[in-house]
Amino acid sequence: MSKELEILRILEENARLSAREIGDMVGLSEDEVKEIIKKFEDEGVILKYKTLIDWEKVGEENVYAIIDVRVTLTREKSYDDIAKRIAKFPEVHAVRLISGDYDFQVVVKGKSLKDVAFFVAEKISTLPEVRDTFTHFVLRSYKEEGVLLFKDEEDRRLAFVP
Amino acid sequence: MRRTGGSPLSRRINERVQEIKPSGIRKFFELVIGRRDVISLGVGEPDFQVPWNIRESMIYSLEKGWSSYTSNWGLKELREGIADYYKKFGVDVSYENVLITTGVSEGLDLALRALINPGDVVLIPEPCYVAYKPLTFLAYGEPVSIPTTPNFDINYDVLNRYSKFDPKILIINYPNNPTGVTYDKKTLEEIADFVFENDLIVISDEIYAELTYRGKHLSIASLNGMEDRTVILNGFSKAYAMTGFRIGYAIASDEIIQAMTKIHQYCMLCAPITSQIGALEALKLREEELDRIRAEYMRRRNFFVKRIGKVLEVRKPDGAFYAFPCIKDTGLSSEEFAERLLIEKGVAVVPGNAFGECGEGYVRCAYALEMERLKVAVERIVDFVESVKSK
Repeated sequence: MSKELEILRILEENARLSAREIGDMVGLSEDEVKEIIKKFEDEGVILKYKTLIDWEKVGEENVYAIIDVRVTLTREKSYDDIAKRIAKFPEVHAVRLISGDYDFQVVVKGKSLKDVAFFVAEKISTLPEVRDTFTHFVLRSYKEEGVLLFKDEEDRRLAFVP
Repeated sequence: MRRTGGSPLSRRINERVQEIKPSGIRKFFELVIGRRDVISLGVGEPDFQVPWNIRESMIYSLEKGWSSYTSNWGLKELREGIADYYKKFGVDVSYENVLITTGVSEGLDLALRALINPGDVVLIPEPCYVAYKPLTFLAYGEPVSIPTTPNFDINYDVLNRYSKFDPKILIINYPNNPTGVTYDKKTLEEIADFVFENDLIVISDEIYAELTYRGKHLSIASLNGMEDRTVILNGFSKAYAMTGFRIGYAIASDEIIQAMTKIHQYCMLCAPITSQIGALEALKLREEELDRIRAEYMRRRNFFVKRIGKVLEVRKPDGAFYAFPCIKDTGLSSEEFAERLLIEKGVAVVPGNAFGECGEGYVRCAYALEMERLKVAVERIVDFVESVKSK
Protein backbone atom coordinates (compact mmCIF):
# COMPACT_ATOMS: atom_id res chain seq x y z
CA MET A 1 0.00 0.00 0.00
CA SER A 2 1.47 3.37 -0.90
CA LYS A 3 1.88 5.85 1.91
CA GLU A 4 -0.54 8.22 0.22
CA LEU A 5 -3.30 5.63 0.16
CA GLU A 6 -2.45 4.65 3.69
CA ILE A 7 -3.01 8.23 4.82
CA LEU A 8 -6.47 8.13 3.22
CA ARG A 9 -7.27 4.88 5.01
CA ILE A 10 -6.19 6.37 8.33
CA LEU A 11 -8.23 9.55 7.80
CA GLU A 12 -11.28 7.62 6.70
CA GLU A 13 -11.21 5.87 10.05
CA ASN A 14 -10.25 8.87 12.19
CA ALA A 15 -10.13 12.36 10.72
CA ARG A 16 -9.05 13.95 13.98
CA LEU A 17 -5.49 12.62 14.04
CA SER A 18 -2.96 15.39 13.56
CA ALA A 19 -0.57 15.47 10.61
CA ARG A 20 2.25 14.79 13.01
CA GLU A 21 0.55 11.73 14.46
CA ILE A 22 -0.23 10.40 11.02
CA GLY A 23 3.37 11.07 10.03
CA ASP A 24 4.62 8.96 12.92
CA MET A 25 2.24 6.18 11.92
CA VAL A 26 3.37 5.97 8.31
CA GLY A 27 6.95 7.16 8.61
CA LEU A 28 6.68 10.63 7.03
CA SER A 29 7.32 14.10 8.39
CA GLU A 30 4.50 16.36 9.53
CA ASP A 31 5.01 18.65 6.53
CA GLU A 32 4.98 15.79 4.05
CA VAL A 33 1.68 14.56 5.45
CA LYS A 34 0.19 18.07 5.31
CA GLU A 35 1.24 18.39 1.70
CA ILE A 36 -0.30 15.06 0.74
CA ILE A 37 -3.56 15.87 2.50
CA LYS A 38 -3.68 19.29 0.84
CA LYS A 39 -3.15 17.67 -2.54
CA PHE A 40 -6.00 15.22 -1.94
CA GLU A 41 -8.24 18.06 -0.81
CA ASP A 42 -7.43 20.10 -3.90
CA GLU A 43 -8.01 17.16 -6.19
CA GLY A 44 -11.37 16.44 -4.60
CA VAL A 45 -10.27 13.02 -3.40
CA ILE A 46 -10.99 14.11 0.14
CA LEU A 47 -14.47 15.59 -0.14
CA LYS A 48 -15.27 16.60 3.39
CA TYR A 49 -14.56 15.91 7.06
CA LYS A 50 -17.67 15.00 9.00
CA THR A 51 -18.70 13.59 12.34
CA LEU A 52 -20.85 10.51 12.75
CA ILE A 53 -23.48 11.38 15.38
CA ASP A 54 -26.09 9.28 17.07
CA TRP A 55 -28.78 11.97 17.16
CA GLU A 56 -31.24 9.78 18.99
CA LYS A 57 -29.04 9.98 22.08
CA VAL A 58 -29.65 13.73 22.40
CA GLY A 59 -33.32 13.41 21.63
CA GLU A 60 -33.01 14.85 18.13
CA GLU A 61 -35.26 12.59 16.15
CA ASN A 62 -34.77 12.73 12.43
CA VAL A 63 -36.91 10.69 10.13
CA TYR A 64 -35.20 8.82 7.36
CA ALA A 65 -36.96 7.13 4.50
CA ILE A 66 -35.70 5.03 1.66
CA ILE A 67 -37.64 5.81 -1.49
CA ASP A 68 -37.54 3.39 -4.39
CA VAL A 69 -38.11 5.36 -7.58
CA ARG A 70 -39.01 3.96 -10.98
CA VAL A 71 -38.48 6.31 -13.91
CA THR A 72 -39.13 6.47 -17.63
CA LEU A 73 -36.11 7.25 -19.75
CA THR A 74 -36.37 9.33 -22.89
CA ARG A 75 -33.85 10.47 -25.49
CA GLU A 76 -33.71 13.79 -23.69
CA LYS A 77 -33.56 12.47 -20.14
CA SER A 78 -30.95 9.95 -19.08
CA TYR A 79 -30.44 8.40 -15.63
CA ASP A 80 -27.79 11.04 -14.91
CA ASP A 81 -30.12 13.91 -15.70
CA ILE A 82 -32.88 12.59 -13.47
CA ALA A 83 -30.49 11.67 -10.66
CA LYS A 84 -28.92 15.11 -10.61
CA ARG A 85 -32.32 16.73 -10.41
CA ILE A 86 -33.29 14.61 -7.43
CA ALA A 87 -29.92 14.87 -5.71
CA LYS A 88 -29.94 18.64 -5.47
CA PHE A 89 -32.83 18.79 -2.99
CA PRO A 90 -31.36 19.41 0.47
CA GLU A 91 -33.82 16.90 1.94
CA VAL A 92 -32.17 14.18 -0.12
CA HIS A 93 -29.42 12.40 1.78
CA ALA A 94 -28.30 9.92 -0.87
CA VAL A 95 -29.19 8.95 -4.42
CA ARG A 96 -28.11 5.66 -5.90
CA LEU A 97 -28.83 3.97 -9.23
CA ILE A 98 -29.75 0.40 -8.39
CA SER A 99 -30.55 -2.88 -10.09
CA GLY A 100 -33.88 -4.64 -9.68
CA ASP A 101 -37.49 -3.54 -10.02
CA TYR A 102 -36.75 0.10 -9.30
CA ASP A 103 -34.17 2.44 -10.83
CA PHE A 104 -33.12 4.72 -7.97
CA GLN A 105 -32.82 4.41 -4.27
CA VAL A 106 -33.24 7.81 -2.67
CA VAL A 107 -32.62 8.37 1.01
CA VAL A 108 -34.62 11.31 2.33
CA LYS A 109 -34.14 12.99 5.68
CA GLY A 110 -36.85 15.00 7.37
CA LYS A 111 -38.16 16.21 10.70
CA SER A 112 -41.30 14.09 10.72
CA LEU A 113 -43.13 11.38 8.80
CA LYS A 114 -45.38 14.05 7.34
CA ASP A 115 -42.41 16.12 6.28
CA VAL A 116 -40.89 13.26 4.35
CA ALA A 117 -44.18 12.04 2.90
CA PHE A 118 -45.07 15.50 1.60
CA PHE A 119 -41.61 16.04 0.21
CA VAL A 120 -41.88 12.83 -1.78
CA ALA A 121 -45.40 13.60 -2.95
CA GLU A 122 -44.59 17.15 -3.96
CA LYS A 123 -41.04 16.99 -5.25
CA ILE A 124 -40.24 13.45 -6.35
CA SER A 125 -43.51 11.93 -7.54
CA THR A 126 -44.37 15.01 -9.55
CA LEU A 127 -41.26 14.84 -11.72
CA PRO A 128 -42.44 13.96 -15.23
CA GLU A 129 -39.96 11.08 -15.58
CA VAL A 130 -41.01 9.38 -12.33
CA ARG A 131 -43.43 6.52 -12.94
CA ASP A 132 -43.92 5.45 -9.33
CA THR A 133 -42.33 5.46 -5.90
CA PHE A 134 -42.29 3.14 -2.93
CA THR A 135 -41.51 4.61 0.48
CA HIS A 136 -39.88 2.70 3.37
CA PHE A 137 -39.57 4.62 6.62
CA VAL A 138 -36.53 3.74 8.68
CA LEU A 139 -37.61 2.63 12.15
CA ARG A 140 -34.23 2.04 13.73
CA SER A 141 -30.64 1.99 12.54
CA TYR A 142 -28.13 -0.59 13.72
CA LYS A 143 -25.10 0.22 11.64
CA GLU A 144 -24.14 3.36 9.75
CA GLU A 145 -21.04 3.97 7.64
CA GLY A 146 -19.60 0.68 8.84
CA VAL A 147 -19.98 1.72 12.47
CA LEU A 148 -22.14 -0.29 14.86
CA LEU A 149 -24.64 1.93 16.67
CA PHE A 150 -24.92 -0.43 19.61
CA LYS A 151 -22.34 -1.63 22.06
CA ASP A 152 -22.63 -5.16 23.32
CA GLU A 153 -18.99 -6.19 23.37
CA GLU A 154 -16.48 -5.27 26.00
CA ASP A 155 -12.77 -5.64 26.44
CA ARG A 156 -12.44 -8.40 28.99
CA ARG A 157 -8.73 -8.95 28.65
CA LEU A 158 -6.65 -9.24 31.81
CA ALA A 159 -4.23 -6.38 32.42
CA PHE A 160 -1.21 -8.68 32.30
CA VAL A 161 -0.71 -11.64 30.02
CA PRO A 162 2.78 -12.93 29.31
CA MET B 1 2.29 -28.53 59.80
CA ARG B 2 -0.06 -31.25 58.70
CA ARG B 3 1.64 -34.59 58.25
CA THR B 4 0.63 -37.57 56.22
CA GLY B 5 2.58 -40.75 56.63
CA GLY B 6 5.29 -38.84 58.42
CA SER B 7 6.27 -36.19 55.84
CA PRO B 8 4.77 -32.72 55.25
CA LEU B 9 2.43 -32.62 52.26
CA SER B 10 4.48 -29.87 50.65
CA ARG B 11 7.42 -32.25 50.45
CA ARG B 12 5.30 -34.74 48.55
CA ILE B 13 5.05 -32.32 45.65
CA ASN B 14 7.28 -33.28 42.77
CA GLU B 15 10.70 -31.72 43.31
CA ARG B 16 10.80 -30.02 39.96
CA VAL B 17 7.38 -28.46 40.51
CA GLN B 18 8.57 -27.22 43.89
CA GLU B 19 11.57 -25.63 42.26
CA ILE B 20 9.57 -23.61 39.75
CA LYS B 21 9.07 -20.07 40.98
CA PRO B 22 5.66 -18.47 40.66
CA SER B 23 5.41 -15.81 37.98
CA GLY B 24 6.71 -12.38 38.99
CA ILE B 25 3.81 -10.74 37.20
CA ARG B 26 1.37 -11.82 39.88
CA LYS B 27 1.97 -8.88 42.22
CA PHE B 28 1.20 -6.47 39.40
CA PHE B 29 -2.30 -7.87 39.11
CA GLU B 30 -3.00 -6.69 42.61
CA LEU B 31 -1.82 -3.19 41.82
CA VAL B 32 -4.36 -2.91 39.02
CA ILE B 33 -7.36 -4.05 41.01
CA GLY B 34 -9.89 -1.28 41.55
CA ARG B 35 -8.11 1.20 39.28
CA ARG B 36 -10.17 2.42 36.36
CA ASP B 37 -7.62 4.75 34.83
CA VAL B 38 -5.13 2.05 33.89
CA ILE B 39 -4.17 1.66 30.25
CA SER B 40 -2.64 -1.73 29.79
CA LEU B 41 0.26 -2.37 27.46
CA GLY B 42 0.81 -5.57 29.40
CA VAL B 43 -1.52 -7.74 27.40
CA GLY B 44 -0.26 -10.52 25.17
CA GLU B 45 -3.35 -10.67 23.01
CA PRO B 46 -4.97 -8.67 20.22
CA ASP B 47 -7.37 -5.85 21.07
CA PHE B 48 -9.80 -6.59 18.27
CA GLN B 49 -12.54 -9.17 18.65
CA VAL B 50 -12.61 -12.57 16.97
CA PRO B 51 -13.92 -11.83 13.46
CA TRP B 52 -17.68 -12.25 13.42
CA ASN B 53 -17.67 -14.91 10.69
CA ILE B 54 -15.63 -17.12 12.99
CA ARG B 55 -17.83 -16.50 16.01
CA GLU B 56 -20.98 -17.00 13.97
CA SER B 57 -19.78 -20.37 12.68
CA MET B 58 -19.10 -21.51 16.23
CA ILE B 59 -22.54 -20.35 17.39
CA TYR B 60 -24.12 -22.24 14.50
CA SER B 61 -22.19 -25.38 15.41
CA LEU B 62 -23.52 -25.14 18.96
CA GLU B 63 -27.05 -24.73 17.67
CA LYS B 64 -26.55 -27.93 15.70
CA GLY B 65 -25.34 -29.66 18.83
CA TRP B 66 -21.78 -30.32 17.71
CA SER B 67 -20.34 -31.01 21.10
CA SER B 68 -18.69 -34.41 20.87
CA TYR B 69 -15.06 -35.46 20.95
CA THR B 70 -13.26 -35.34 17.66
CA SER B 71 -10.53 -37.74 16.57
CA ASN B 72 -7.43 -37.39 18.75
CA TRP B 73 -5.72 -35.77 15.81
CA GLY B 74 -8.48 -33.21 15.31
CA LEU B 75 -10.94 -32.71 12.47
CA LYS B 76 -9.56 -34.00 9.19
CA GLU B 77 -10.78 -30.93 7.24
CA LEU B 78 -8.98 -28.67 9.67
CA ARG B 79 -5.74 -30.68 9.41
CA GLU B 80 -6.01 -30.57 5.63
CA GLY B 81 -6.72 -26.86 5.75
CA ILE B 82 -3.65 -26.23 7.90
CA ALA B 83 -1.39 -28.38 5.71
CA ASP B 84 -2.57 -26.30 2.76
CA TYR B 85 -2.26 -23.01 4.66
CA TYR B 86 1.35 -23.65 5.66
CA LYS B 87 2.39 -23.61 2.02
CA LYS B 88 2.35 -19.84 2.34
CA PHE B 89 5.24 -20.13 4.79
CA GLY B 90 7.18 -22.44 2.47
CA VAL B 91 6.24 -25.81 3.97
CA ASP B 92 4.47 -28.55 2.01
CA VAL B 93 3.28 -31.40 4.23
CA SER B 94 0.51 -33.97 4.34
CA TYR B 95 -2.38 -33.46 6.74
CA GLU B 96 -1.11 -36.59 8.48
CA ASN B 97 1.76 -34.52 9.85
CA VAL B 98 -0.61 -32.04 11.49
CA LEU B 99 -1.89 -32.48 15.04
CA ILE B 100 -4.53 -30.12 16.42
CA THR B 101 -3.62 -29.05 19.94
CA THR B 102 -5.20 -27.08 22.75
CA GLY B 103 -3.19 -23.97 22.00
CA VAL B 104 0.51 -23.69 21.28
CA SER B 105 1.08 -24.24 24.99
CA GLU B 106 -0.05 -27.84 24.72
CA GLY B 107 1.91 -28.33 21.50
CA LEU B 108 5.05 -27.12 23.24
CA ASP B 109 4.51 -29.41 26.21
CA LEU B 110 3.89 -32.38 23.91
CA ALA B 111 6.96 -31.70 21.81
CA LEU B 112 9.21 -31.39 24.83
CA ARG B 113 7.83 -34.49 26.50
CA ALA B 114 7.99 -36.48 23.28
CA LEU B 115 11.64 -35.59 22.66
CA ILE B 116 13.39 -35.18 26.00
CA ASN B 117 15.09 -37.91 27.98
CA PRO B 118 16.00 -36.92 31.54
CA GLY B 119 18.97 -34.59 31.46
CA ASP B 120 18.76 -33.65 27.78
CA VAL B 121 19.86 -30.10 27.14
CA VAL B 122 17.46 -27.65 25.52
CA LEU B 123 18.85 -24.38 24.20
CA ILE B 124 16.58 -21.39 24.72
CA PRO B 125 17.49 -17.98 23.32
CA GLU B 126 16.28 -15.30 25.72
CA PRO B 127 14.37 -13.07 26.26
CA CYS B 128 11.61 -15.51 25.37
CA TYR B 129 8.08 -16.52 26.15
CA VAL B 130 7.67 -17.50 29.78
CA ALA B 131 6.70 -21.16 29.25
CA TYR B 132 9.78 -22.53 27.48
CA LYS B 133 11.99 -22.96 30.52
CA PRO B 134 9.45 -24.33 33.01
CA LEU B 135 8.00 -26.81 30.52
CA THR B 136 11.47 -28.02 29.58
CA PHE B 137 12.29 -28.43 33.22
CA LEU B 138 9.02 -30.29 33.94
CA ALA B 139 9.83 -32.67 31.08
CA TYR B 140 13.09 -33.44 32.90
CA GLY B 141 15.18 -31.53 30.42
CA GLU B 142 17.92 -29.08 31.31
CA PRO B 143 17.23 -25.62 29.88
CA VAL B 144 20.28 -23.60 28.91
CA SER B 145 19.64 -19.90 28.26
CA ILE B 146 21.25 -18.06 25.37
CA PRO B 147 21.14 -14.34 26.19
CA THR B 148 20.54 -12.24 23.07
CA THR B 149 20.48 -8.74 24.53
CA PRO B 150 21.05 -5.99 23.52
CA ASN B 151 20.32 -6.72 19.83
CA PHE B 152 18.10 -9.78 20.26
CA ASP B 153 19.76 -11.39 17.24
CA ILE B 154 20.90 -14.95 16.99
CA ASN B 155 23.34 -16.27 14.42
CA TYR B 156 25.73 -19.14 13.90
CA ASP B 157 28.53 -17.65 16.01
CA VAL B 158 26.27 -16.96 18.96
CA LEU B 159 24.76 -20.44 18.85
CA ASN B 160 28.05 -22.21 18.30
CA ARG B 161 29.27 -21.15 21.72
CA TYR B 162 26.65 -23.49 23.14
CA SER B 163 27.53 -26.67 21.28
CA LYS B 164 29.72 -27.61 24.23
CA PHE B 165 26.59 -28.33 26.24
CA ASP B 166 25.82 -31.22 23.90
CA PRO B 167 22.30 -29.94 23.26
CA LYS B 168 19.46 -31.97 21.81
CA ILE B 169 16.83 -29.34 21.14
CA LEU B 170 16.74 -25.66 20.20
CA ILE B 171 13.59 -23.61 20.76
CA ILE B 172 13.12 -20.59 18.55
CA ASN B 173 10.24 -18.12 18.42
CA TYR B 174 9.88 -15.58 15.63
CA PRO B 175 8.42 -13.05 15.35
CA ASN B 176 9.41 -12.99 18.96
CA ASN B 177 7.54 -12.42 22.15
CA PRO B 178 8.71 -10.16 23.87
CA THR B 179 11.16 -8.46 21.47
CA GLY B 180 9.16 -8.37 18.23
CA VAL B 181 12.29 -9.44 16.33
CA THR B 182 11.94 -11.86 13.45
CA TYR B 183 14.50 -13.86 11.48
CA ASP B 184 15.23 -13.46 7.79
CA LYS B 185 16.29 -16.28 5.51
CA LYS B 186 19.99 -15.73 6.12
CA THR B 187 19.55 -15.97 9.88
CA LEU B 188 17.41 -19.08 9.50
CA GLU B 189 20.10 -20.66 7.34
CA GLU B 190 22.72 -19.97 10.00
CA ILE B 191 20.46 -21.52 12.61
CA ALA B 192 19.96 -24.52 10.33
CA ASP B 193 23.73 -24.93 9.90
CA PHE B 194 24.13 -25.06 13.65
CA VAL B 195 21.23 -27.50 13.92
CA PHE B 196 22.75 -29.91 11.37
CA GLU B 197 26.23 -29.74 12.85
CA ASN B 198 24.91 -30.59 16.28
CA ASP B 199 22.20 -32.99 15.15
CA LEU B 200 19.45 -31.01 16.87
CA ILE B 201 15.70 -30.87 16.66
CA VAL B 202 14.22 -27.36 16.43
CA ILE B 203 10.97 -26.44 18.09
CA SER B 204 9.83 -23.43 16.11
CA ASP B 205 7.11 -21.37 17.75
CA GLU B 206 5.57 -19.43 14.86
CA ILE B 207 2.44 -18.16 16.58
CA TYR B 208 3.09 -14.57 15.39
CA ALA B 209 3.86 -15.60 11.79
CA GLU B 210 0.91 -13.68 10.33
CA LEU B 211 2.02 -10.54 12.13
CA THR B 212 5.23 -10.06 10.18
CA TYR B 213 5.83 -6.51 8.98
CA ARG B 214 9.13 -6.74 7.17
CA GLY B 215 9.26 -9.26 4.36
CA LYS B 216 7.23 -12.44 4.62
CA HIS B 217 7.37 -15.06 7.31
CA LEU B 218 9.36 -18.13 6.30
CA SER B 219 9.22 -21.28 8.38
CA ILE B 220 12.61 -22.76 9.23
CA ALA B 221 11.12 -26.13 8.22
CA SER B 222 11.09 -24.86 4.63
CA LEU B 223 14.90 -24.94 4.46
CA ASN B 224 16.52 -27.90 2.80
CA GLY B 225 16.56 -30.90 5.12
CA MET B 226 14.96 -29.05 8.02
CA GLU B 227 11.48 -30.47 7.53
CA ASP B 228 12.29 -33.66 9.46
CA ARG B 229 14.14 -31.76 12.18
CA THR B 230 11.52 -29.15 12.93
CA VAL B 231 8.46 -29.18 15.11
CA ILE B 232 6.37 -26.22 13.97
CA LEU B 233 4.01 -24.82 16.57
CA ASN B 234 1.33 -22.37 15.60
CA GLY B 235 -2.28 -21.52 16.34
CA PHE B 236 -5.17 -19.14 15.98
CA SER B 237 -4.72 -16.96 19.06
CA LYS B 238 -2.79 -14.01 17.70
CA ALA B 239 -3.80 -13.52 14.07
CA TYR B 240 -7.48 -14.25 14.71
CA ALA B 241 -7.69 -13.09 18.33
CA MET B 242 -8.91 -16.54 19.42
CA THR B 243 -6.80 -16.63 22.58
CA GLY B 244 -9.46 -17.94 24.95
CA PHE B 245 -10.48 -20.70 22.58
CA ARG B 246 -7.16 -22.46 23.13
CA ILE B 247 -6.66 -23.75 19.65
CA GLY B 248 -3.34 -24.47 17.97
CA TYR B 249 -1.48 -27.12 16.04
CA ALA B 250 1.84 -28.86 15.62
CA ILE B 251 3.45 -29.92 12.35
CA ALA B 252 6.27 -32.44 12.47
CA SER B 253 7.74 -35.53 10.82
CA ASP B 254 5.81 -38.82 11.08
CA GLU B 255 7.83 -40.14 14.01
CA ILE B 256 7.67 -36.99 16.10
CA ILE B 257 4.03 -36.13 15.44
CA GLN B 258 2.99 -39.69 16.25
CA ALA B 259 4.93 -39.59 19.49
CA MET B 260 3.32 -36.27 20.39
CA THR B 261 -0.11 -37.67 19.58
CA LYS B 262 0.52 -40.60 21.93
CA ILE B 263 0.82 -38.13 24.80
CA HIS B 264 -1.98 -35.90 23.54
CA GLN B 265 -4.48 -38.77 23.35
CA TYR B 266 -4.06 -39.42 27.07
CA CYS B 267 -3.57 -35.94 28.47
CA MET B 268 -5.96 -33.98 26.25
CA LEU B 269 -7.85 -36.47 24.10
CA CYS B 270 -8.67 -33.78 21.57
CA ALA B 271 -8.82 -30.02 21.21
CA PRO B 272 -12.26 -28.52 21.95
CA ILE B 273 -14.57 -29.11 19.00
CA THR B 274 -16.11 -25.62 19.01
CA SER B 275 -12.66 -24.10 18.76
CA GLN B 276 -11.77 -26.47 15.92
CA ILE B 277 -14.86 -25.33 14.01
CA GLY B 278 -13.92 -21.71 14.58
CA ALA B 279 -10.39 -22.45 13.35
CA LEU B 280 -11.79 -24.01 10.20
CA GLU B 281 -13.69 -20.80 9.52
CA ALA B 282 -10.61 -18.71 10.37
CA LEU B 283 -8.72 -20.39 7.54
CA LYS B 284 -11.35 -19.06 5.14
CA LEU B 285 -10.68 -15.48 6.18
CA ARG B 286 -9.55 -13.48 3.18
CA GLU B 287 -5.96 -12.38 2.89
CA GLU B 288 -7.16 -8.77 2.59
CA GLU B 289 -8.64 -9.01 6.05
CA LEU B 290 -5.27 -10.11 7.45
CA ASP B 291 -3.60 -7.31 5.47
CA ARG B 292 -5.93 -4.84 7.11
CA ILE B 293 -5.04 -6.14 10.58
CA ARG B 294 -1.33 -6.10 9.78
CA ALA B 295 -1.51 -2.56 8.44
CA GLU B 296 -3.26 -1.42 11.58
CA TYR B 297 -0.61 -2.95 13.86
CA MET B 298 2.14 -1.52 11.71
CA ARG B 299 0.82 2.02 12.08
CA ARG B 300 0.63 1.62 15.82
CA ARG B 301 4.13 0.15 15.90
CA ASN B 302 5.54 3.04 13.87
CA PHE B 303 3.79 5.55 16.06
CA PHE B 304 4.79 3.87 19.31
CA VAL B 305 8.43 3.34 18.44
CA LYS B 306 8.83 6.84 17.04
CA ARG B 307 7.40 8.49 20.15
CA ILE B 308 8.99 6.20 22.73
CA GLY B 309 12.27 6.33 20.83
CA LYS B 310 12.59 9.97 21.84
CA VAL B 311 13.14 9.01 25.48
CA LEU B 312 14.14 5.34 25.46
CA GLU B 313 16.33 3.18 23.28
CA VAL B 314 14.12 0.79 21.35
CA ARG B 315 14.61 -1.50 18.37
CA LYS B 316 11.87 -1.25 15.78
CA PRO B 317 10.11 -4.61 15.90
CA ASP B 318 9.59 -6.59 12.69
CA GLY B 319 6.60 -8.53 13.91
CA ALA B 320 4.16 -9.50 16.68
CA PHE B 321 2.68 -6.58 18.62
CA TYR B 322 5.40 -5.94 21.16
CA ALA B 323 8.15 -3.41 21.59
CA PHE B 324 10.92 -4.08 24.09
CA PRO B 325 12.51 -0.74 25.03
CA CYS B 326 15.63 -0.54 27.18
CA ILE B 327 15.03 1.37 30.40
CA LYS B 328 18.56 1.20 31.85
CA ASP B 329 19.05 4.97 31.40
CA THR B 330 16.37 5.61 33.99
CA GLY B 331 18.46 3.92 36.66
CA LEU B 332 15.46 1.80 37.62
CA SER B 333 15.21 -1.98 37.50
CA SER B 334 12.60 -3.49 35.20
CA GLU B 335 10.31 -4.23 38.10
CA GLU B 336 10.75 -0.81 39.70
CA PHE B 337 10.05 0.83 36.37
CA ALA B 338 6.92 -1.24 35.73
CA GLU B 339 5.66 -0.79 39.27
CA ARG B 340 6.18 2.95 39.40
CA LEU B 341 4.80 3.51 35.91
CA LEU B 342 1.70 1.63 36.95
CA ILE B 343 1.24 3.39 40.28
CA GLU B 344 2.22 6.91 39.20
CA LYS B 345 0.91 7.01 35.64
CA GLY B 346 -1.57 4.16 35.36
CA VAL B 347 0.17 2.42 32.48
CA ALA B 348 0.80 -1.31 32.71
CA VAL B 349 3.87 -2.86 31.06
CA VAL B 350 5.57 -6.18 31.78
CA PRO B 351 9.05 -6.10 33.34
CA GLY B 352 11.59 -7.60 30.94
CA ASN B 353 13.09 -9.98 33.48
CA ALA B 354 9.85 -12.01 33.28
CA PHE B 355 11.23 -13.22 29.95
CA GLY B 356 14.60 -14.35 31.22
CA GLU B 357 17.43 -12.85 33.25
CA CYS B 358 18.87 -10.96 30.30
CA GLY B 359 15.55 -9.15 29.95
CA GLU B 360 16.48 -7.13 33.03
CA GLY B 361 16.73 -3.48 32.04
CA TYR B 362 13.89 -3.75 29.53
CA VAL B 363 10.09 -3.67 29.62
CA ARG B 364 7.63 -5.22 27.22
CA CYS B 365 4.99 -2.94 25.79
CA ALA B 366 2.16 -4.47 23.78
CA TYR B 367 0.79 -1.95 21.31
CA ALA B 368 -2.34 -4.02 20.66
CA LEU B 369 -4.43 -1.01 21.60
CA GLU B 370 -6.57 1.46 19.67
CA MET B 371 -4.74 4.60 18.56
CA GLU B 372 -6.57 7.02 20.83
CA ARG B 373 -5.61 5.07 23.93
CA LEU B 374 -2.14 4.32 22.65
CA LYS B 375 -1.57 8.07 22.28
CA VAL B 376 -2.43 8.64 25.92
CA ALA B 377 -0.27 5.70 27.05
CA VAL B 378 2.71 7.01 25.11
CA GLU B 379 2.33 10.50 26.57
CA ARG B 380 2.23 9.07 30.07
CA ILE B 381 5.33 6.91 29.52
CA VAL B 382 7.27 9.82 28.04
CA ASP B 383 6.25 12.01 30.99
CA PHE B 384 7.28 9.33 33.42
CA VAL B 385 10.68 8.69 31.85
CA GLU B 386 11.44 12.41 31.64
CA SER B 387 10.52 12.95 35.28
CA VAL B 388 12.62 9.99 36.42
CA LYS B 389 15.60 11.04 34.33
CA SER B 390 15.49 14.63 35.54
CA LYS B 391 15.88 13.55 39.16
